[in-house]
Amino acid sequence: MKFTWFNLMPWPHLPEDFREKHRSVWVDIPSRLYDPVKGHDVYHDYLDLLEYGEQLGFDGIGVNEHHANAYGLMPSPNLMAAALSRRTSRAALVVLGNSIALYNPPLRVAEEFAMLDVISGGRLVAGFPVGSSMDTNYCYGTIPAETRERYSEAHDLIRRAWAEDEPFAWNGRYTKLRYVNCWPKPIQKPHPPVFVPGGGSIETWDFCIDNDYSYSYLSFTGYLRGKQLLDGYWKRISERGVDESPYRAGFAQIVCVAEDDAEAERLYAPHLLYFYNRCLHIYPGFADAPGYRTLKTLQAGALPQFTARGQKTLSELTWRDLVEGGFVIAGSPATVRERMVEMIRGLRVGNVFCLLHMGDMPKEVTRHSTRLFAERVMPGLRGLWPEWKEDRRFWIQPLESRREPSPIGGETR
Amino acid sequence: MDPRPADTVVERAKRPESRLVETAGGRTKVRVYEGGSGPPLFFLPGVSGLFPDDPFLAALARRHRVAAPLYPGYEDSEGAENLRTMQDVVLWAFDVQDALGMERPLVLGHSMGGMIAAEMAALCPREVERLVLVSPAGLWLDAHPIPDLFAVMPFELPALLFHDAALGTRLLTSALPSDAASAASGGAASDLATLAKRFDDPSFLQAFLIQNARRLGMAGKLLFPIPDRGLAERLYRVRARTTLVWGESDRLIDPAYASAWQRLLPEARLLRVPDAGHMLPYEKPDALLDAIG
Repeated sequence: MKFTWFNLMPWPHLPEDFREKHRSVWVDIPSRLYDPVKGHDVYHDYLDLLEYGEQLGFDGIGVNEHHANAYGLMPSPNLMAAALSRRTSRAALVVLGNSIALYNPPLRVAEEFAMLDVISGGRLVAGFPVGSSMDTNYCYGTIPAETRERYSEAHDLIRRAWAEDEPFAWNGRYTKLRYVNCWPKPIQKPHPPVFVPGGGSIETWDFCIDNDYSYSYLSFTGYLRGKQLLDGYWKRISERGVDESPYRAGFAQIVCVAEDDAEAERLYAPHLLYFYNRCLHIYPGFADAPGYRTLKTLQAGALPQFTARGQKTLSELTWRDLVEGGFVIAGSPATVRERMVEMIRGLRVGNVFCLLHMGDMPKEVTRHSTRLFAERVMPGLRGLWPEWKEDRRFWIQPLESRREPSPIGGETR
Repeated sequence: MDPRPADTVVERAKRPESRLVETAGGRTKVRVYEGGSGPPLFFLPGVSGLFPDDPFLAALARRHRVAAPLYPGYEDSEGAENLRTMQDVVLWAFDVQDALGMERPLVLGHSMGGMIAAEMAALCPREVERLVLVSPAGLWLDAHPIPDLFAVMPFELPALLFHDAALGTRLLTSALPSDAASAASGGAASDLATLAKRFDDPSFLQAFLIQNARRLGMAGKLLFPIPDRGLAERLYRVRARTTLVWGESDRLIDPAYASAWQRLLPEARLLRVPDAGHMLPYEKPDALLDAIG
């Protein structure tokens, strides 16, 4: 099993009446709600927590990309990974990921990911999301119907830029470069492990299968709801006749650990409700630009999140709804362990992105939950999937000997 | 007001019929509605396409031999994957005219169709001699930002697009996927609340999302995220005798745009129509027919 301590980096100071005063936490939320002086503390607290995750033995520490989003303050996750690369030395830097359709030329992503892989000594997990419609279409202006074609071309360019040893010409539809020449190149060969966060499109499943990429389902609705989607993925895997390594799949799960179930509610409920009730207040008109999703995906199933009712449910959830509905795995170490096993086995996942910080959870509270998870939950889960223990295709292969930062001013001082 | 014309025998005989037409040796397959008699007229509709038994098309057919193609992605028109840019779409529109054997028809474009029609007249000024633009898209004024059609909730559309929101609701509902729609509502929807409620029904929603994704997916290539593809710099080439028509209560593309178009097309005649919104062809068809002349 691989556990990644994952942080969305939410803005923790949304006002109480946020929902009444604003229509969306994303895309058109006024930036006057952001205070850069408070932001200074917020970023440092979040980076401290990620570093703490490594210290406690998490396999990876994870960041992702959002734009104009008050629950995701990382327009550039690469900057965060770079900041983390120096004070950490062991954990994978799971950048989940760069929305590669957005960068022109996409070679920029090949270069920055290569830089991260080299600085960290081969610890990069490269995430290639298509990107949410809010980020990709509404915030960054990509034409919805072009999104997937741009993604696909960017992907091919990045992979080739990493692989070639000589400059080459690239005559794409969206990118034309006379000299593609990626300096530096990544340490990990043939390339850093690639994770593809997706929302259930069949094309994305096939893309992962074709390239041996790990498919990650990042939702905030928990493992009971995630099951239907991942069952679809495993069905596709079996249809395609490839091996069923659980490391082909990852799942993001909100987890809150306390000494006992009652303490969990007391400590974490307000912060979880801040997340669900304020941070997930997203204007439905931004959910899905027409043309962004493929017809095949639309035909495959109803999308309840697009109903007014579906929207309302999320923002009216109570703590009890969250726990009983599996949105959140919360409680004593024993309770959490039991439900984690149920989740990991039920979804057949080898990668778990643990969302241990949510909403406006303070640093100390987060550390408490993180420590209990690392010390009293994680050890009991390590032995899952023993038959796939040697499967190294979907995880980092760092250098044996890696540099630590030298003392400032040199050893002689 | 019922938008559909009186259903007399004479009217029914003139009602446009449709057929599938291949363009450029199968590059696209286009459903074209044709009918009427009189001078030839090529109608490029707006983002909402044509309505079932389209009342404006029927009105046009009373005075013109009209042909109206549905863009790929609309109904069973196919080949959207071959149309990526405005240039592709302009060439496609001429390909459709060629496939229909039309020689220099009057080109009438509404909204997105107006944007395409103006591009046709700018790119190939010798091919377009008479041009009518009804609340055309294609320009952008910072002082009058056009609402984001790609982020509007469906049930907000009638009030945004029509002077008379009740008429708008009736028309827009008639265009929604019909099987799922009637299953969901148990009959014809006649008010905004019913329309809004339908969007909670999963099967209706799925049908709606698929239709929407195909249509707006295509339209987005010309209109997303800002409906401006540089037309202003090319309008100097237009030679066609041009009429601009604008609804005075257009809440999608503010009537201020009419003046901007006039500045770029100083020879054009402008007609402002009272009590008409963006969907002027459906609210004031007679005023528009008179403007076409």
